[in-house]
Amino acid sequence: MKAYLSRRYHFPASHRLHSDAYDAEQNRAVFGKCNHPHGHGHNYAVQVTVSGEVDPETGMVCNLADLDAFAQANLLDRFDHTNLNLLDCFRESVSTTENLTIEIHRIFRGFTAAHLERVHVEETSNNSFDYAGNVDLRFI
Amino acid sequence: MILLTRKAEFSSAHFYWNDAWSEEENRRVFGKCANRNGHGHNYTLEVTVAGEVDPVSGFVVDLKQLKDILEREVVSVYDHRHLNLEVPEFAKAIPTTENIAIAIWQRLEGKIPNAKLHRVRVYEMPDLFADFYGER
Repeated sequence: MKAYLSRRYHFPASHRLHSDAYDAEQNRAVFGKCNHPHGHGHNYAVQVTVSGEVDPETGMVCNLADLDAFAQANLLDRFDHTNLNLLDCFRESVSTTENLTIEIHRIFRGFTAAHLERVHVEETSNNSFDYAGNVDLRFI
Repeated sequence: MILLTRKAEFSSAHFYWNDAWSEEENRRVFGKCANRNGHGHNYTLEVTVAGEVDPVSGFVVDLKQLKDILEREVVSVYDHRHLNLEVPEFAKAIPTTENIAIAIWQRLEGKIPNAKLHRVRVYEMPDLFADFYGER
C-alpha cells in the first residue's frame, strides 16, 4: 500500500526582492514594496510530502522523528530567523518564494528514507507555491 | 470530471506498538507514541470523490448522503474510541496516520453512489497528515 505523508514546518525570515540585473528604477517597477531597501519578513510555512510503501511492521511510510530531525538540521537550522538574501543559495538568485520552494525541494531530495513528492511553501496566508521537480502536480 | 471534498472530525485515543518487538525496540522506534496508556488526537478526515455533475441536480453526489455515509462508516466507529482496543482493523495494524487513511479508504470503497473515491486525507494534527489514493 502506497501512502503519502505530509508534514508542515514553520520559520520566520526576512528578505528583499532585488535583482542586480535591473537598475534601481526597474527594481522598484518590478518588485514594488518588496524592493524596499531594508527588507521585510514573513512567517513561512513549508509543507513537505513524501511517499512510499507503508511498512507493515511500523505502519509508517517513514519514521516522523527521522523526517523532523532532517528538517531541523537542514531546513530550520539554516533558514529560521535569518535574512534569506544573505544565504549562499540566494547569492545569485532573487529570494522569491518560487526560488525558495525550489531550494527547499533540493534540500529534501537529500532525505533518503522516503520518496520526495513535492514541496509547498506559504509565504503569507494568501500566497503559496508548489514544486515537484519535473513531475506533474495534478494531486494538489 | 470534478472533485468534491467533504470533511468530518473524530477524536480518538491510540498508541503505537508492535507485539513482535521488545519493549526497548518499541520505545526506540515509536518514542512517546509507544506509551501503553495511549494518548489522543482530534482527527480531521477529508474525503474527496470524483465524478460528473448531474445535469438535473447540479451535484456530483448528494452532500447530505455523503455526510451520512462518513458518519455511519467512520465517525460512529472511531469517534471517542480507543483505536487499538475498540476498532477491529487496528487489532493487528498499528493505527498510524497512514494506516488510518488506508483503513478509512477500505471502509468507504464501493459505498459512495455515483462517484469514485479519489483520495482519503487524514490530519492527525494541523501539521501532519497522510493521503491514500487506493494505490496497492
